[in-house]
Amino acid sequence: MAKVLMKGCEAIAEAAVRAGCRFFAGYPITPQNEIPEYLSWRLPEVGGVFVQGESEVASVNMVYGAAASGCRAMTSSSGPGISLKAEGISYLAGTGLPAVIVNISRGGPGLGSIQPAQQDYLQATKALGHGGFRAMVFAPATLQEAVDLTYNAWDYAERDRNPVMILMDGCLGAIMELVEFPEMKDPDRLGTKAWDLNRHEGDTRSARLLSPYFPEAILELKNTSQKKMNERWAQNDVQVEEFMTEDAEYIIVAYGISARVSKEAILRLREEGYKVGMIRPITLYPFPKESFRKLNYEQVKGFIDVELAIPAQMHDDIELEVKGRAPIYEYCRSGGLLFDDDGVYAAVKKILDGGAK
Amino acid sequence: MAEYKRPESLKKTPSGFCPGCMHSLATKLIAEVIGEMGQANNCVHIVPVGCSTLNLAYWQGDLLGAAHGRAPAVATGFKRSNPDRLVFAYQGDGDLAAIGLAEIMGAANRGENFTVIFFNNQTYGMTGGQMAPTTLIGQKTTTTRNGRDAETTGYPMKMCELISTLEAPAFVARYALNTPKGCKDAKKAIRKAFEIQMAGKGFTFIELLGNCPTNWGLSPLKTLEYMESNTIPYFVPGVYKDKYKDEVK
Amino acid sequence: MLNINTSLCKGCSYCIKFCPKKILEMGTERNKHGHFFPYITNESDCIACAMCATICPEGAIEISKEETNNG
Repeated sequence: MAKVLMKGCEAIAEAAVRAGCRFFAGYPITPQNEIPEYLSWRLPEVGGVFVQGESEVASVNMVYGAAASGCRAMTSSSGPGISLKAEGISYLAGTGLPAVIVNISRGGPGLGSIQPAQQDYLQATKALGHGGFRAMVFAPATLQEAVDLTYNAWDYAERDRNPVMILMDGCLGAIMELVEFPEMKDPDRLGTKAWDLNRHEGDTRSARLLSPYFPEAILELKNTSQKKMNERWAQNDVQVEEFMTEDAEYIIVAYGISARVSKEAILRLREEGYKVGMIRPITLYPFPKESFRKLNYEQVKGFIDVELAIPAQMHDDIELEVKGRAPIYEYCRSGGLLFDDDGVYAAVKKILDGGAK
Repeated sequence: MAEYKRPESLKKTPSGFCPGCMHSLATKLIAEVIGEMGQANNCVHIVPVGCSTLNLAYWQGDLLGAAHGRAPAVATGFKRSNPDRLVFAYQGDGDLAAIGLAEIMGAANRGENFTVIFFNNQTYGMTGGQMAPTTLIGQKTTTTRNGRDAETTGYPMKMCELISTLEAPAFVARYALNTPKGCKDAKKAIRKAFEIQMAGKGFTFIELLGNCPTNWGLSPLKTLEYMESNTIPYFVPGVYKDKYKDEVK
Repeated sequence: MLNINTSLCKGCSYCIKFCPKKILEMGTERNKHGHFFPYITNESDCIACAMCATICPEGAIEISKEETNNG
């Protein structure tokens, strides 16, 4: 298929349609408005449903309702809206329904700013809602990757009967790039789902999709199976890019747009003889722990956490793997301010030359 | 001579509701209509949060749980993707008229093709009898110990009146369950609402005035009198909107 | 004709209140859930109006045209 030039948000929207998504509900919030705008005409074209919800809360609950019949459903928002969706995301996890939640992230906390930022890492990876569940979190760094990760997101969500998050900063949501779309999946040929409320055997219907569990021991069993699921993700589903890490003395850790900018800086520093590499988590959860565990800590002199977030939110996850064997530096901007190649280059060079603390 | 059989959409065990609670009466009336329409295997009961959640152990049929107040949103998502199913949300007053106000008004205003049965007993039963948006002025609750005071808590919210101001809803009506006559009228209205839905003609809303013997602190029989002299004069039963009144079927 | 499923009854007395022939009375026995339940004083006076069945919250009262044993 030929490549097309497309904006990040619209590329995610089209990838969802290709994946067989036939229900979207959302609420306007910058910088993700192109997703609902695109799907408002695109979904009806393929026999799907678009609803502009009265709120973020209602939208995620509409997705919950649609998912209950096996329909591939999605909602999207940005930080403040994701906070509102937390309730519905927790109910998806509690009831065991698959859905894809897209966060095109902006500066925070509070209303923050509408400019791009990566300040929702902790929310996405640690606590998407009450009750201590986890969701797989995918963080694309290019629009092609955004397309591919969105296209595959339902396969994970349905395998696990759990929500999946695509976490992409507002930069990638707004830029245009050439992308190639995978083939259109036919929702009618995706098979009947075990949780489909329309599915029943015998004479009387008694399908139940609920999140209260009685007695308490049943809920503990549910929690335990979620824990085991999270452990399986760590074993099988980690996606990571390791860039020039073999001989690296300093390793940048960055995801999304930060990783893209860092890559340019690494290439320049390499030309000057600095042994710099990068670990780029593609799955923010499960975090790519093995990439840190297998390093030679005789060789690695330090890590540089490059993020569009102050305080750096990935720092703790890096520290849990590095375990004090090397210093972790930070180069961050926040609140909607960005860095460029020169900025990352200069900041990292300063650290490498011993100029940092 | 009338015949009466317990509807099949109710399990063969007692409900989880307190003695004399009209939640079970309302649930029974819905089950009767579902049975008479032959929809037992086609209906989806959206179960919200509150005492109404107890139906999850009482209702025989497909159940879809919703977060507190979100039943109309969940129903929207499900019904839009499954237009042939008979979908109804059964919500209490705290669920519908407080935390779920946006969802009920949004769904009603879009004219979503499902039915909401609104059980109004003027209290939060499950959590121990706090003030609801529909609690009457002067009515004592655990958060209005001297009776609801309009100065600080406003007035009981009239949902039928509010919803009937919208263009989209097809049928909006209110009945009281404290007499057999009220129950029969309510049942007819529920049937009409379900028929409108199955004809694809839009949003239907039935408010059922009920009681809460436990949290009102009255015997079941005394609640019937309380409803007659307090609830019914404020929440006046009747049809508030009927788009298809003049249509011959 | 009139059949009260006493194990479902919660003793609210609505049926007693609305019976136009006044043939229902609350008993002194309790069912397995601890509730008192009504009994029929004079079934031959029953006109099968179904008032009791209509208002019974638990659906514990059934009316049929044939004679049945009152359980």
